[in-house]
Amino acid sequence: MSDERVKQVSKLRHIMIRPELGAISGAVLVFVFFLMIAGDSGMFAPAGIQNWTVVSAQFAIIAVGACLLMIAGEFDLSVGSMIGFAGIIIAILSVQWGWPVWLAIMTAFVVCVSIGALNGFLVIKTGLPSFIVTLAFLYILRGLTIWLAILTTQKTVIGGVKKVAEGDWLAPVFGGKIFGGLFQTMADWGWLETFSRGKRMGEPIVNGIPMLVVWALGLIIFGQFLLTKTRFGNWIFAAGGDAQAARYVGVPVNRVKILMFMFTAFTAAVFATAQVMEFGSAAADRGLLKEFEAIISVVIGGALLTGGYGSVVGAALGALIFGVVQQGLFFAGAESSLFRVFLGTILILAVILNTYIRRIITGER
Amino acid sequence: MTAPLIEMKNIEKHFGSVIALGGVSFDVRAGECHCLLGDNGAGKSTFIKTMAGVHKPSAGTILFEGVEMDFKSPRDAMTAGIATVYQDLAMIPLMSVTRNFWMGNEPIKKVGPFKIMDFARANQVTMDEMKKMGINLREPDQAVGTLSGGERQTVAIARAVYFGAKVLILDEPTSALGVRQTSNVLATIDKVRKSGIAVVFITHNVRHALAVGDRFTVLNRGKTLGTAERGQITPEELQDLMAGGEELATLEGSLGGTV
Repeated sequence: MSDERVKQVSKLRHIMIRPELGAISGAVLVFVFFLMIAGDSGMFAPAGIQNWTVVSAQFAIIAVGACLLMIAGEFDLSVGSMIGFAGIIIAILSVQWGWPVWLAIMTAFVVCVSIGALNGFLVIKTGLPSFIVTLAFLYILRGLTIWLAILTTQKTVIGGVKKVAEGDWLAPVFGGKIFGGLFQTMADWGWLETFSRGKRMGEPIVNGIPMLVVWALGLIIFGQFLLTKTRFGNWIFAAGGDAQAARYVGVPVNRVKILMFMFTAFTAAVFATAQVMEFGSAAADRGLLKEFEAIISVVIGGALLTGGYGSVVGAALGALIFGVVQQGLFFAGAESSLFRVFLGTILILAVILNTYIRRIITGER
Repeated sequence: MTAPLIEMKNIEKHFGSVIALGGVSFDVRAGECHCLLGDNGAGKSTFIKTMAGVHKPSAGTILFEGVEMDFKSPRDAMTAGIATVYQDLAMIPLMSVTRNFWMGNEPIKKVGPFKIMDFARANQVTMDEMKKMGINLREPDQAVGTLSGGERQTVAIARAVYFGAKVLILDEPTSALGVRQTSNVLATIDKVRKSGIAVVFITHNVRHALAVGDRFTVLNRGKTLGTAERGQITPEELQDLMAGGEELATLEGSLGGTV
């Protein structure tokens, strides 16, 4: 029996309720806007593209973690502090204690993922909102980071990582570039701009794809696949949609949530390691406010703050919007503090749009 | 008369000093709908949660197909074949019908080294099972939030039946529904019963109970007031038992017997 009062859904409406819709239109708008105001500033030349791609990739790495965690119904506000913490661990272990860099990196990953597990465990066991538990770790980790840095070096910035990382097998996985040969060939053919004088004459200005970008793409593909194609993905949606209902049908909600906290911590460690390898140093104030930037990317990408709904691709587009605007304002010569004004505005708009979309999906009035 | 599929003997449940259940006996046979009636706070929820493995009884025994069972979790009860459909917690509105239907039992297929969810099969089975229950889905990936309350209950019932429930516990499936939707759900219960599944139907609405019930057990203040067969009891008597007799008798007088 079909209900004559149910109208056939139009194709348009079908597209409307996709979580990525807002992020896709936002990304198009942002590109059009900057092509118009900064089109001739070098923003869309190879070096310019590399510039905002790397920044977007940084956002995307932590956004993937934050996205899956938010869909599973939880937040992690300690991501930013964890980035600083992981960086300092790598620097202290490798530069100060003389450990091989690969071992320092692995240790940082193990420590971060363990803290992620602890976050998750506390949230599950105490039943407290993850907002509070991870807010505590935002402070605890930042404090520990500064204290450890001062304790071992009397400074909050530890340099010299580049030197100790030379010849290390794991460091290039985070700080290196790939397809260098391809870019050199393209430069030889005159497709890419090259340095016209100096030591690197003849080499392309953009000499490869940074591993940071590779990590970002890898994590986005992994996250999207996990969420939409696998059984575990269904459990992530279920855990965030209604944990109790999910438990009643046998979904291991606690395990799902704790694993997502661990994954978020993992992405923070990837971010931190790539940053340390790129700069050759770690600083105790790295990653400040990153947790909020990750959450904003996720929300722009169409995820609901209440959990149970969202998209990894959307979050990645949110990160792209973020990166393009931040760097675009710089290319356009605009006052960089305007970036925050933009952020606040787009956040409000995104949340309003998401709330509206949710009403459509759930049929609430 | 067939042997009971599940038999609960003198179940007691204490929460601290509160005696929620004070020795309740209850059984249900394959292919029958046994209604459990009672007013709010009578212990209906506690009782079915004991049956579903959520609570462990403080005293008493649970026999399932004649064997004594000791359920440690809802998972144990589910594995044994006891499925529960809770009133509000049946479905997750933001997820698609298919994702809800298969939640916790996702079908897997291998593609190269990856194990992925077999959405083609999942969608097909969901559409077919819903059709059997009389609901034509527009598309299997529509969100459950777009379904009516009655349809949501039906999806939950269809899911339990598909995954091999022998006993289906329905917790107030009709209490929040309109007239039309209620009759749809009652029709679904009838279909399920006829397929040989034992149905435990919890309600505080006597008319809904009498519409599909084969037997009726009334709970009041954590105690059972006996079980009656269909035809042995009138709606008025049932109503009386539920309210514990006297108070309602006076009320009924002033309301003209309409409660």
